[in-house]
Amino acid sequence: MEAVISLAIGIVFAAGIWLVLRPRSFQVLAGLMLMSYAVNLFIFVMGRLWVDKPPLTPAGTRPDPAVLADPLPQALVLTAIVIGFATTALYLVVMIGARGLTATDHVDGREPES
Amino acid sequence: MTALDHVILIPVLLPLLCGAAMAPLTQGWHRLKLALGYLSVLGMLATALLLVAMTDGGYWQGGIGVYLAANWAAPFGIALVADRLAALMLLLTALLALAALHFAMQRWGRIGVHFHTLFQFLLMGINGAFLTHDLFNLFVFFEVMLASSYGLLLHGYNAERLRAGMQYIAVNLAASLLFLLGTALIYAATGTLNMADLAARIAVLPAPELGLVQIGASVLALAFLIKSAMWPLGFWLPTTYAAASPPVAAMLVLMTKVGTYAILRLWLLWFPGGWSYDALLWGGAATILFGAAGMLSTDSAGRMAGYGAIVSSGTLLAVIGYGQASLVAAGLYYLVGSTLAIAAFLLLVELIDRIRTPSAAILAVTMEAYAVEDKPDEPLGQGVPAALAFLALSFAACALMIAGLPPLSGFVAKFGMFHALLHPVDGRIPGTAWALMALVLASGLVAVMAMLRFGVRTFWANSGATKAAPPRLHRSEVAPVVFLLALSGVMTIEAGPIYGYLERASAGIHRPADYIERVLGHPAVPSPSSAAAGGEGS
Repeated sequence: MEAVISLAIGIVFAAGIWLVLRPRSFQVLAGLMLMSYAVNLFIFVMGRLWVDKPPLTPAGTRPDPAVLADPLPQALVLTAIVIGFATTALYLVVMIGARGLTATDHVDGREPES
Repeated sequence: MTALDHVILIPVLLPLLCGAAMAPLTQGWHRLKLALGYLSVLGMLATALLLVAMTDGGYWQGGIGVYLAANWAAPFGIALVADRLAALMLLLTALLALAALHFAMQRWGRIGVHFHTLFQFLLMGINGAFLTHDLFNLFVFFEVMLASSYGLLLHGYNAERLRAGMQYIAVNLAASLLFLLGTALIYAATGTLNMADLAARIAVLPAPELGLVQIGASVLALAFLIKSAMWPLGFWLPTTYAAASPPVAAMLVLMTKVGTYAILRLWLLWFPGGWSYDALLWGGAATILFGAAGMLSTDSAGRMAGYGAIVSSGTLLAVIGYGQASLVAAGLYYLVGSTLAIAAFLLLVELIDRIRTPSAAILAVTMEAYAVEDKPDEPLGQGVPAALAFLALSFAACALMIAGLPPLSGFVAKFGMFHALLHPVDGRIPGTAWALMALVLASGLVAVMAMLRFGVRTFWANSGATKAAPPRLHRSEVAPVVFLLALSGVMTIEAGPIYGYLERASAGIHRPADYIERVLGHPAVPSPSSAAAGGEGS
């Protein structure tokens, strides 16, 4: 399971890096989003991979760490998703503004001379 | 915990509340917004002064004040820590914010709707990053700071700002991802995010986990070093500084120092044994070279200030990487002085540009759109001589400080660094000390050359043209520059006491055991029910 999920994270992240290095601003945005998915998964996995272990305790029972998953990475990833989502949305707005003002979607704000 | 302990929270809470109160106000209320902004910044200034007095005056044991957010004991909840270094940075932030806010009063605060709101949130993020003692909370404050800086950078919307903003946002989004990766790796290896708890655990960590922590810390360092623009991660900086509006650029100077501050704090706390300091030393040296070369290569004042900030970052990183407590004290003095100088220079750039291009065409359009009357209330002096003399003298003062020539604080800082390098603890001066001194001297020389060239072109060769169009300066734009330069003068005159404070601050952050003891040993406030029971029992 560990090998599969690390491969998945690696592939998504690599695709993100490739897209970030592309010249069109929408590709950069898509790349940043892919990278942030990979990072969110990575944080989640850093709490170790468990099957059948909830991060919550049923009411009225004594919490037993042995049957619980680590709840902290799950809380962290929630925060990271929210922040990442907001900043990506902001980037999208800037991108649309730049497209309108410069009439090109090249990241330099002008088409390269060919 | 006494009522005074709550002071630690004020630098985060005050800008948050003021910023939130301003958000729904439209531009018709700009006077109220300005007043609220002043209230917040002056409150922060008073708090910072109080914190300096409290940390240095023995109010807290060891000069370390701990605040447990929501009363969760240290490794579990978020702890805020105020020590001498944090208090110093808060003071610097408040002073710079005061200057930037005053500068923005006449024009920049009145074009666009949310300048003051974003400005307050930026201050909240910066202050929080200085105070927090939790790694993930540091990330959150970094994001608050960055998100507001994205908005502020675009303030006064034009094509150049948009282009710079796109690159700045993309670079910083990638850096934030690295920050998260590093944090996750460190958590996976140690199971904690509290900085002091991490320091205690890293010291006793077995080899495989230690390797993981070191990988995580390296990834984390990449995120901080992108912020502090270490070569080769700092290519975004000059374009961004040159594009930003002056009050925003002045605050951006401080943001590069936030990255350096994080490195300084975390590395001294986690790796007192000296792991990876060489990378900082040589990276810093390369940054100085890159910044100096950049200063020579450009003739735009904004970019020159940007490269000046890169040189300053490089010097600081090299100072941290050298790993000597007395040198860090001198480095802190340099940090404060160079931040003030570069911020003053960036504010001055706009005023100087009025000589070079008398009609600031882009601004005029925006001003018209927002119906800001462009009449100076009281022009300073009668026409050219006074205004021009002021600009030239301020420019000369900035140049002296950035280059590190006497009599202003830049010289004292460099003198202090050389003194520390020549008086090592064990009495042996290594070759790297000489190399570092040569680099710092050479960068000063380059700065003199670049600034001189710019000054001659602007004030001397150009004087025929300026007679036709005397620059118009508002009193509210002159005052912040004078204020920042006067602060540098105060730093020179009061160098003795300030140095004493900085040496205590530097000695404090070189004792990680104190932080571990104070933060982890800080008791939570007992709950009211148990306190009442205890009261009855006694």
